Amino acid sequence: MEELLEILENLKPGVDFPAQTDLIEDHILDSMSVVMLVGELNDAFDIEITPVDVVPENFKTVDAIYAMIQRLSDD
Amino acid sequence: MKNILQFLEKSAIMHPDKIIFADADTSVSYSEFLETAQAIGTAIAQQGIRNRPVAVLMPRCVQALTAMMGVVYSGNFYVVIDSEMPQARVGKIFQTLQPAAVILPKDWQEERAAWAPEISFLAYETCSCSDSDSVLLEQIRRSMVDTDPLYALFTSGSTGNPKGAVLSHKNVIAYSKWFIDAFGITENTVFANQTPFYFSMSVSDLYATMRAGATLHIIPKSLFSFPVKLIEFLNQRTVNTIYWVPSALCIVANWKVLDYVMPTHLKKVLFAGEVMPVRQLNYWMDKLPDAMFANLFGPTETTDICTYYVVNRRFADTDTLPIGRACDNCSVFIIGEDGKEAPAGTEGELYVRGPFVGMGYYNDPEKTAAAFVQNPLQSSYPERVYKTGDLVRENEVGELLYISRKDFQIKHMGYRIELSEIEAAAGAIPEITACAAVYDGERDRILLIYQGKRLEDASLCQALAQRLPAYMMPSRFIRVKAMPYNQNGKIDRAWLGKNYSTLESESAPAPIS
Repeated sequence: MEELLEILENLKPGVDFPAQTDLIEDHILDSMSVVMLVGELNDAFDIEITPVDVVPENFKTVDAIYAMIQRLSDD
Repeated sequence: MKNILQFLEKSAIMHPDKIIFADADTSVSYSEFLETAQAIGTAIAQQGIRNRPVAVLMPRCVQALTAMMGVVYSGNFYVVIDSEMPQARVGKIFQTLQPAAVILPKDWQEERAAWAPEISFLAYETCSCSDSDSVLLEQIRRSMVDTDPLYALFTSGSTGNPKGAVLSHKNVIAYSKWFIDAFGITENTVFANQTPFYFSMSVSDLYATMRAGATLHIIPKSLFSFPVKLIEFLNQRTVNTIYWVPSALCIVANWKVLDYVMPTHLKKVLFAGEVMPVRQLNYWMDKLPDAMFANLFGPTETTDICTYYVVNRRFADTDTLPIGRACDNCSVFIIGEDGKEAPAGTEGELYVRGPFVGMGYYNDPEKTAAAFVQNPLQSSYPERVYKTGDLVRENEVGELLYISRKDFQIKHMGYRIELSEIEAAAGAIPEITACAAVYDGERDRILLIYQGKRLEDASLCQALAQRLPAYMMPSRFIRVKAMPYNQNGKIDRAWLGKNYSTLESESAPAPIS
């Protein structure tokens, strides 16, 4: 979780990520930052996020992103 | 036919209840759209202004389109301003434009009005509820001619001062005729619009829709972050025709989205605005073997497009797609360095002639005179043609090939080099999902900025050496997590040109625009 928060904070400094309830609706993660984030997560956690995983539900909150990483690492 | 509103009025008589425009939340029928545009037109006309610019400062939604046509009804011309543009740049545009009025959402009225106290800021909500005055609108229509301006589009000038290309009703009437004929646009066409309304590509989907009695869906920008949702949106809206920038098509190809979900109604895939990488095009063509694919080419100053190529054969990943031949009712020719027509097969600057050629730049006689010139091939009668600043040449079968912007062509180690050729070679490497070549004039070296899997410089060199001569080999490779894109969705070369040294020293990720 800490590694994830670090990646997010590097991507968008100054955002209190754990406090956010909808990163997409609130435009904190825009089109380009999702692409960048996916690249970072793939590298950092050695997972492969496929297009099917790239849906708003998986990027809405820090917990949702973390849950997705967990799920993909188990596969 | 002298006024583009006649298309709208005719289509509204034929299919009053059909949806003309829709966005994520709203949709509007032809007759509703017409009525609201007339109400807005009346409200603006009552300000007593004619043939003046009216700025449309609205988010990308159906109401923005209604406001644009409302301005046209009022006998003025519209200028769409990016609603996210910083105040300083809007200020620069307003300085050149001196808009007679600005139309914007009521919520923004107070804050934005403070930007320019001398201009009247009209709330969309107020204008759209006013009573339309058919006598007044009729009077305006009678006084108009087809050479009256329809809109001005601001593009960034190389000096940093935005310039506003002015296009007339006549330009768009001629242009949209070609567009609907060339691509078989009919009342059965359903477009999904990707490009912002302050970008010339949107002129094509917008007026083709009105002219053919078709339907246009505005794609929410956020869907380009979630490519599966994007395709699902196309399916929900039964979209059969798209006209996007290649970067948007590449998002779908790079994610291999069509391996998971197919756009089941899609029959026509048109693109323009930047070079379409062949590898990503091949992905689309493999997945949609029966669809029509076309590469369109042209500047804002020729309404949107001057040449096009309907893809009729397969290309290798390392090839560059032709830009094809001149559109119907448009003529192009190539002028060599000596100012004469370039001999067949040799390169030169592309010139455009005919009714797609716009009127010039607003309040800028100098820039207008530099780009809109007398036809250099004849001096017997006045004929203004447009100098595109693009270098092209013809291939063996008479198709035009785009080489580069005239001012992008570089000299490196004594050789004349096209950066686009390096990009085509690098783009064919499977691990690279997007790239841009940048020239560092101070140190005379070429840098390749790429997005994709990290590759050793040595293996990159090896792959490129099979396709490029040694003098074209980039001397530095910079991997970025994501390419920077500008507001139109194209790779932001201007940003890269200014910031490559920062990227290089930090190998930092590209900024989020």
